[in-house]
Amino acid sequence: MLSIKGLSVAFRTRNGEVNAVKGIDFELAKGERLGIVGESGSGKSVTSYALMRILDAGGQIKAGDAIYSGIDLRNASERDMRDIRGREISMIFQNPRAALNPIRKVGHQIEDVLRRHSRATRHNAKAKAIEALEAVKIRDAAARYEAYPFELSGGMCQRVVIALALACDPKLIIADEPTTGLDITTQKAVMDLVDDLVRARGMSSILITHDLGLASQYCDRIVVMKDGLIVEAGDPVTLFTDPQHAYTRKLVNATPRRTGSIRALLPESERTELAPHVVGQKPLIDVVNLAKTYQGKSGPVHAVKKISFTIHEGESVGLVGESGCGKSTTSSMLVRLLDATSGSIFYRGEDIASLPAASFARHPLRSKIQMVFQDATDSLNPRFTARQAIADPLYRLMGMRGDTVIKRTEELAEMTGFPAHLLDRFPHQLSGGQKARVGIARALATEPDFLILDEPTAALDVSIQALVLNLLADLRVRLGISYLFVSHDLNVVRLLCDHVIVMQNGAIVESGPVATVMETPQHAYTRELLSAAPQAPEREIA
Amino acid sequence: MAVRGTSVLTRIAQAIPVLFGVIVISFVLTRALPGDPAVQFAGIMATPETIEETRAKLGLDKPLPEQFMVYLGQLFQGDLGQSVSTGRPVLTELASRLPASLELTLSALLLSCLVAVPLGVLAATRPGSWIDQICRLLVTMGVSLPTFFTGVMLIYIFYYLLGVSPSPLGRLDFIYLDPPHVTGFFLIDAALDGDWETWFGALKQLILPAVTLALFTLAPIARMTRAAMLSALSSDYIRTARAAGLGSGRILYGYAFRNALLPVVTTLGMVFSFVLGANVLVEKVFAWPGIGSYAVEALIVSDYAAVQGFVLAMAFLFVFLNLVIDLAYSLIDPRFGTSGK
Amino acid sequence: MNKIVSSASDAASVQVATANGPVTPAKSKSGAFAHLIYVLRENPVTGIAFAMFGILIFAAIFGPMIVPYDPLATDASSVLQPPSFAHWFGTDNLGRDVFSRVVVATRLDLVISVAAVALSFVIGSFLGAVAGYRGGWTDITLNRVLDTIMAFPLFVLAMGVVAALGNSVANIIYATAIINIPFYARLVRAEVNIRRNAGFTLAAKLSGNSDARILAFHIFPNALPPMMVQVSLNLGWAILNAAGLSFIGLGVRPPTPEWGIMVAEGANFIVSGEWWLALFPGLSLMIAVLTFNLMGDGLRDIVDPRRRT
Repeated sequence: MLSIKGLSVAFRTRNGEVNAVKGIDFELAKGERLGIVGESGSGKSVTSYALMRILDAGGQIKAGDAIYSGIDLRNASERDMRDIRGREISMIFQNPRAALNPIRKVGHQIEDVLRRHSRATRHNAKAKAIEALEAVKIRDAAARYEAYPFELSGGMCQRVVIALALACDPKLIIADEPTTGLDITTQKAVMDLVDDLVRARGMSSILITHDLGLASQYCDRIVVMKDGLIVEAGDPVTLFTDPQHAYTRKLVNATPRRTGSIRALLPESERTELAPHVVGQKPLIDVVNLAKTYQGKSGPVHAVKKISFTIHEGESVGLVGESGCGKSTTSSMLVRLLDATSGSIFYRGEDIASLPAASFARHPLRSKIQMVFQDATDSLNPRFTARQAIADPLYRLMGMRGDTVIKRTEELAEMTGFPAHLLDRFPHQLSGGQKARVGIARALATEPDFLILDEPTAALDVSIQALVLNLLADLRVRLGISYLFVSHDLNVVRLLCDHVIVMQNGAIVESGPVATVMETPQHAYTRELLSAAPQAPEREIA
Repeated sequence: MAVRGTSVLTRIAQAIPVLFGVIVISFVLTRALPGDPAVQFAGIMATPETIEETRAKLGLDKPLPEQFMVYLGQLFQGDLGQSVSTGRPVLTELASRLPASLELTLSALLLSCLVAVPLGVLAATRPGSWIDQICRLLVTMGVSLPTFFTGVMLIYIFYYLLGVSPSPLGRLDFIYLDPPHVTGFFLIDAALDGDWETWFGALKQLILPAVTLALFTLAPIARMTRAAMLSALSSDYIRTARAAGLGSGRILYGYAFRNALLPVVTTLGMVFSFVLGANVLVEKVFAWPGIGSYAVEALIVSDYAAVQGFVLAMAFLFVFLNLVIDLAYSLIDPRFGTSGK
Repeated sequence: MNKIVSSASDAASVQVATANGPVTPAKSKSGAFAHLIYVLRENPVTGIAFAMFGILIFAAIFGPMIVPYDPLATDASSVLQPPSFAHWFGTDNLGRDVFSRVVVATRLDLVISVAAVALSFVIGSFLGAVAGYRGGWTDITLNRVLDTIMAFPLFVLAMGVVAALGNSVANIIYATAIINIPFYARLVRAEVNIRRNAGFTLAAKLSGNSDARILAFHIFPNALPPMMVQVSLNLGWAILNAAGLSFIGLGVRPPTPEWGIMVAEGANFIVSGEWWLALFPGLSLMIAVLTFNLMGDGLRDIVDPRRRT
């Protein structure tokens, strides 16, 4: 039903023309579910925007054809396109709350679409809108009809967006990263919903994502894009077990799965020997009955409810849970940016929880516990060069000056694989992976014993994630430090950690060696998390 | 809606300490005015004894905090003191001159909104076109022009050179009689009276000062409308609406414009602040008998009660206007008062 | 949280900064001066604005030395002369040369606006930064105070302050400074608030920086770019304010040449057709304010490291 031939899309920018898509071909049959997978800059989203003709003002289809059921999408009039959008082809986006008009009731927004495509009149629009909400399994649809987007949760908003897209029974739905930013269980719920609806209505779908594992679970066929070109296409199982193109192989390797070692994430040529790291007997960090309670609008909010755990010297512990489970609060307390309400945090026997967070910055123990942040862009001062960012703790905590600083900075850069000639660049001149390395180098500057890693690879492309995870594995062997690795992704945790703790609603629901927890989970929530993670087809370990 | 209701009440409650601060500041400011009011009130033939008597009578010999309490008490009774120059109660003076200022300010604002908002919207929806360039030019020029200068130049062009405008001597040429007082707004009163000659006369006098003031407020309103509209048009929910096939009429006006209105309404608050100040200047240029020119005359003769009353009246008016704006905002934005904002 | 590449700038920047390849922009070693030149050349309007600013500064510094006539010298024989070769801008009702007066007035008006803005910048930024960082009662108190100041139509407040303190240049500066403080305080407060819990602020705490250091060296410099725009707008507005005050008789007294007073005096003669007394000082006002407004974007670009390619 959809046929793309030689499609090229270019943007006019201040620096000349940029080719985002450089001539791609693919076809989509009726009822088929296609996945377009690629990392940032691959042109995957631009392709769909071009199809729908909703590119930015500077964007244009330079060449090629896009034929949908005999209609030439490239040359159709704007009026015809407006008819096609929503009624024949629909699209859903990431960041669902922002995708809805914030000052209009969601029910009315659905009505607008229904009436625009003449699927409802003034009289029955409300009823049909409520029907559309019920189709996406929203409970109490009549009440939700009256809600504004800010009153709904992220998952609920995404359901509304889906309802909007499916209200007029389109034949093709395009989903552009629909689950980015959602919790893993919500992600599964949303993807299952879309999948069910697509199958039930005999629709075709295009799923655009960076997650090869997700695409392999929900698509019949996958197309891999890189730098504006299609490098490979095929069904998920073949792609995973027998990838032809080097880039596909790289992506497949880099996708974290249930089995395999951390080195297996890298391309074959780069898999150097990884020495095992040593887990000591002595406890480094001992958390005893740690709790944090906030004063909310309607009573106290128990963000963390008396949790206890131990991290030994050299050990890597994973902390897993979804948003709101208290893992961020816990790590903030551990790194002493936040004061606990009660409980103790023993570092080598000394209770650091009793030291107030406000004055901890100048405490001698500050250099021993450091943190790597989730969003490398946010965690680097835009006015500091990479060198200045890494050197800051050297000046403040290590008392170094002059040449010592320069030497140590370069040492740290080399240790984290950050090219020395980029040290004088500003963050906006660096790539995501480079920024992540700066963040790690800065955290290691003070020779800490204990490093808290707060979802350090969540914002990175999967191939960069592979590099950073391997870097972290190498560093802990070299430096003997302990990690607390906070993540929502159990597969990533399995690769790097010895021990894992699962949190839900402020409490620890399960804890144990990572292999045990992953293979024989005891708690229902752990089982739920494990089953919600996208299942990529297993490939033989090469 | 209940949330909005309580938020509005909270806003009103929050305004009260502000009003109190305003009263304190204006009290302090005008007590610091040069010139001894006791001397002024006692008259030219006063002896030191009579001056002291006058001082005691005016309560100026008491310590400042006590004077302040007396002042507060008087305020609550609506007594803003006597004007030294005219001998009439300040409140009466202000009340009689307020309609003139309001008529000028409100017509100017209406005029500028009618021009600036569509201009801003068109500039945002046709970026790079000639309308966009005009809008940007207008905005840059508009914020650079001194109001009093534009007024003077407009008089030169339209009165002296072209002869189309009447001489800038106030609200109504002397050949007309003031219309019977209903609201104090000449345009409304004359219309209610059916007296169309006076109506035209009043309009002719009003045009030039209103246009001067409107030119001043045109720029920030147009700039904000354009920016807000551009921001709304490039947001995610507009992308969703386009992807759902909603026509450009609905998208443009229904979705984007209503959202863009929010920052524009907020800007109006700031514009009011400037316009009440510019009012004073325009009233001087065009000899408009409003509270602005009243204040200027009072300042020159150090008529402290009058100046105090003027500053207070302006501040109260401004706080009231801001409340009205908050109210308007709460009607447009359902997130008002919630953490959703 | 991969970024959606739907716009050109995303595509371009991602293509330039790929994971494996080094980033090679054209000006990797640009120092501060080279960056300044780049900003001026990139946007012609900025270049023009800075050039105009240079002329204004020149007139302010050297004006009194190079004008053809003494701005205070009266000449009863050449009263109200239209512009001519002898008197480029004509003469006023006391026979003084309008051109000389306009040029000499530059110094006074610039000094007033720069001093007022500098004062309000320093005070407002400090208050806003502390309130934005601390939060709590400091923040609430500052907000109340700012609300009270902003409860007055600002020009009216300036009138009141100058009237209370007396007619002098210093008092115009203080009055203008007071009414401008809320803009900076609010702006800095908002910028500091946004960054108070940003990753790099937390990282700075982890690196051993005290709160004061963080505020001064980490957060505040990042608030500078938007403040530059505000500074330029305020400079223009301060001139208009001072001129407005002089226009209604508060502030600078005759015979001192100042643009506002000159327009006020000129307004009396407009109805009899002597347009040059008011036009030239008015135009100068406009040009000065326009220059400042146009400089705003340029100043911001100079200060913002993100504009360096």
